[in-house]
Amino acid sequence: MKKLLSLSLLGLAVAAASSAQARDYDNVRIGVDVPYEPMEFRTAEGELTGFDIDLGNELCDRMGVTCEWVEQEWDGIIPGLMSRNYDAIMSSMTINDERREQVLFSDPYITMPSAWFAASDLGISEATKETLEGMTIGVQRGTLQDNYVTDNFSDVAEISRYSTADDMVLDMEAERLDIVFLDFPIGQSTLLESEEAEYMVVGERISEPKEYFGDGFGIAFRQRDEALAEQFNEALAEVQEDGTYDEIYTRYFGEEE
Amino acid sequence: MLDISTWFNDLLAGNVIFTADTLGYYWEGLVTTTQLVFLSLIAGLILAVPLAIMRSSKHKWISLPVYLYTYVFRGTPLLIQLYIIYYGVVFIDGIQESFLWPVLREAFYPALIAFTLNTAAYTTEIFRGAIKSTAQGEIEAARAYGMSQNLMMRRIILPSAFRRALPAYGNEVIFMLHASAIASVVTLMDLTGAARFVYARYYAPFEAFLFVAAIYLCLTFAILFFFRYLEKKLLAHLRPQDA
Repeated sequence: MKKLLSLSLLGLAVAAASSAQARDYDNVRIGVDVPYEPMEFRTAEGELTGFDIDLGNELCDRMGVTCEWVEQEWDGIIPGLMSRNYDAIMSSMTINDERREQVLFSDPYITMPSAWFAASDLGISEATKETLEGMTIGVQRGTLQDNYVTDNFSDVAEISRYSTADDMVLDMEAERLDIVFLDFPIGQSTLLESEEAEYMVVGERISEPKEYFGDGFGIAFRQRDEALAEQFNEALAEVQEDGTYDEIYTRYFGEEE
Repeated sequence: MLDISTWFNDLLAGNVIFTADTLGYYWEGLVTTTQLVFLSLIAGLILAVPLAIMRSSKHKWISLPVYLYTYVFRGTPLLIQLYIIYYGVVFIDGIQESFLWPVLREAFYPALIAFTLNTAAYTTEIFRGAIKSTAQGEIEAARAYGMSQNLMMRRIILPSAFRRALPAYGNEVIFMLHASAIASVVTLMDLTGAARFVYARYYAPFEAFLFVAAIYLCLTFAILFFFRYLEKKLLAHLRPQDA
């Protein structure tokens, strides 16, 4: 009996080892930090939607796999991928060198600038060390905006870090924050279209320097899942080729560009 | 001075995560956590003494409101209380224009208020238990001396109740230190906040959190040691006597 047990355990171990080497994914779990309107958010009915979600589902359809979205707060999203809570991250993640050391990226599927947002009556027209002195800046913890602000403004301003973008918007409306630094479309749909108060973009949209702002958004995978990344890249190219991509883009960002 | 800084840089050389910068964040976090916990414990203690006396009153109309307060604050998670006090208050009309706003605007004070009210509720119940368990003989003796209710409370009941409450209160202090770890959800850069920052920036959960756990352990040891000392001093009469 004991022998049988140990034999079957051995069999299990071998099976597990071989499946870890070459795994065919029928079911891909994708980690996403919600809400981050309009990239990923819930409708009033509670349904998960957004640019990332629609594009991700389309890619999965093309690849003939089923996709399952797993919600994960941003500051734990890469560790969650490493610990196999999901197999990919599609959550407005900017491709940069620091992250490339940890994860494998697909080709970029969209580029988004960042921007400063503040109440219309803040009275500054650009964000520099001088104009932001003594202010409270809001960022989402662990984002590239956090890194940029921490490295460039932490000596003159106070930085409040939030787990989710909507906590930050709430504190902006509560007037606890003077200014926030966000992906442009997120600020556009949460602050510029807000009914609570009047907000404006301060200065230009920012996508330089590249060491912070990277090369656009990519889907992240574990380093060894090269085959899976390749599948996604092929599907992405196909979707961009036949116009489906433009259709999804227009759904969330309108006709411009 | 130069020697020390080069020595320090050598020590950290080749280490990506624990640079002088991140250690600065941990230090800032240690200061915030200590301030937050210490101030809320002091304020909670000051609140708890009169509340405990009211709570042990024979009159329902005095003890019931205090009971309701301790019931609510012990019956709901501290995290929820913190959310209500931090995010909830901003929905009160006109709060931004009121004199309270400079205080409530900062994350520190809403957290301090939540922690104080929470620890005051627990401490009240700890003291109440100690007051209730005063030996009947002591009370009768005080009455026989003709002491008034106030004098008896001041000279007989409270001093012995404090001593009896000491071990339980020491636990409450440690719980408070650990509970303060949630302060980072309202953007406070406390010890846990610093650890989460390092974790998110370097994707290094083990290093970031093990390091902060070690700091919490040291703090807990210091508290334990302090209460051990107090108990030795104040509860000397309870120790077995040498023959």
